[in-house]
Amino acid sequence: MAELTRDDVAHLAGLARIDLSDAELDRMVGELGVILESVAKVQKAPTDGVEPMSHPLPLTNVTRADVVVPSLGTQAVLAAAPAVEDDRFSVPRILTED
Amino acid sequence: MTDPIRSTAAEMAAALAAGEISSVELTQAHLDRTAAVDGAVHAYLHVDGAGALDQAKAIDDRRAAGEQLHPMAGVPIAVKDVMATKGLPTTCGSRILEGWIPPYDATLVRRLREAGLPILGKLNMDEFAMGSSTEHSAYGPTHNPWDLTRIPGGSGGGSSSVVASFQAPLAIGTDTGGSIRQPAAVTGTVGTKPTYGGVSRYGLVALASSLDQAGPCTRTVLDAALLHDLIGGHDPLDSTSIDAPVPPVVEAARRADVTGMRIGIVKELTGAGFQAGVQQRFDEAIAALVARGAEVVEVSCPNFEYALAAYYLILPSEASSNLAKFDAMRYGLRVLPDGVADPSAEQVMAATRDAGFGDEVKRRIILGTYALSSGYYDAYYGSAQKVRRLIADDFARAFETADVLASPTAPTTAFKLGDKLDDPMAMYLNDIATIPANLAGVPGMSVPTGLAPEDGLPTGIQFLAPATKDERLYAVGAALEAALTETWGGPLLDRAPDLLLASADLRVGAPNSADATTGGAR
Repeated sequence: MAELTRDDVAHLAGLARIDLSDAELDRMVGELGVILESVAKVQKAPTDGVEPMSHPLPLTNVTRADVVVPSLGTQAVLAAAPAVEDDRFSVPRILTED
Repeated sequence: MTDPIRSTAAEMAAALAAGEISSVELTQAHLDRTAAVDGAVHAYLHVDGAGALDQAKAIDDRRAAGEQLHPMAGVPIAVKDVMATKGLPTTCGSRILEGWIPPYDATLVRRLREAGLPILGKLNMDEFAMGSSTEHSAYGPTHNPWDLTRIPGGSGGGSSSVVASFQAPLAIGTDTGGSIRQPAAVTGTVGTKPTYGGVSRYGLVALASSLDQAGPCTRTVLDAALLHDLIGGHDPLDSTSIDAPVPPVVEAARRADVTGMRIGIVKELTGAGFQAGVQQRFDEAIAALVARGAEVVEVSCPNFEYALAAYYLILPSEASSNLAKFDAMRYGLRVLPDGVADPSAEQVMAATRDAGFGDEVKRRIILGTYALSSGYYDAYYGSAQKVRRLIADDFARAFETADVLASPTAPTTAFKLGDKLDDPMAMYLNDIATIPANLAGVPGMSVPTGLAPEDGLPTGIQFLAPATKDERLYAVGAALEAALTETWGGPLLDRAPDLLLASADLRVGAPNSADATTGGAR
């Protein structure tokens, strides 16, 4: 297993959209290294030819009757929003200006 | 009833039906208890006294009008803060959801309301149910009623301690890797993780969708069965909900019959690694069941050895995906990054998640992101999924020779708060015996076995049954409970220390914490 570096953790934190501080990065490199070493044990299990299992039950697609049911309504949905404008969620900019 | 709060939920229901007590009186008695002891225990994140009394009054009025009510109507209950409750805060023990009030009820909460159980409040937990001690709650830990310096288990430490401290007869917990069973074991209470799909997950804020299951936390096996029966059953709003009737759990708990039942002792989950007193009480419990007519067989589940490793890959992988929804856009916390003029949505999201998530949540999200990233997927998540199959196969083989399996629930009794906080792997080992059930989806239950001789703290036994055979847990659990209660000369919790004295000591010892003794909303 490749050693997890500080840069790796910073990259992963970026992918996970968590703005870790330098102190958090320093701490987490060591902690994650220990955990990864431990969970790598799965690679020692006799898994040759074993079908992966993603779920405890056989999953089937479930649909419901195509009947209109009341929704929560704009007011209830927006009640907990950090910012609201014109009955819509107001969010920071998505694109750069230039 | 002399002291209503020390009765079982079944006794409370009978007293309500007989008109010996009103739901308002019963609910008020529990709120009074919370005011007296929860400053020391901290089981609740939010107490809804007014709302609970309103619900109690409505039930009393309906009963007085001669209406046919659910058998449990009027018996109060507390709910883990991971279940969405309309009009009540739902934080999951996280800052990122501080003050969030959901616009809808989880299906099981709706069933509680429809059956007329007053909801006393919302219970403390490790943040997003990640932990085994409640120390990862952003709002401070819960304390074990048996010894306030010790952990109440986790993630459902609020659910275990609220029933152990007689603040509620019933509580809802959730179990992803042991979060109902391990807290039950270390607090001398009963907890069941139903078969995966047995209780609706609609409105349960997901940690790991293929592992999560809600269930009852109580003081007796019959009470657990009554609550299981109430919250279980098919829900069209959860596509993984089993479309079949709830197993006959109440009948099984009442019969408490283990005649001819084959109990499989899991070789890999006994002996080395388990505290001497935990193992001793486990052995005595098995002997008590044999005396009642059960048979013992030894079973081997060789791949359980890999369960912890597989779990700590599958859970973080699913969690990293599930928790991506906390993006600071539609609800919950929004934090702007420092020193950035006109930040982008992505920068706001990253700053919010850094400020709003605690260390353990960040660790697991990053671990899951790693396990799912291309180049590592096969080696980690892929291997873990294959191990999951091996574990399910181990169960299938074991259930060919045994009707139920048994092991100690947790390797040790409750440890001291703070003892394992800086060592994530040591904390994870608490779940070694409970995790296999979640990976395979089979039901499990923890029942008290006594107090460990070396430290006087509660110990528990775990029973496991094949999927959808939850009733077997209640049969064996109730039989053991009856045998041990007879041996002890009364319920185990009768031997727990008097919390009113403990709270008084705490107040004397820490005058500055006086504001925390009100037990009110926080």
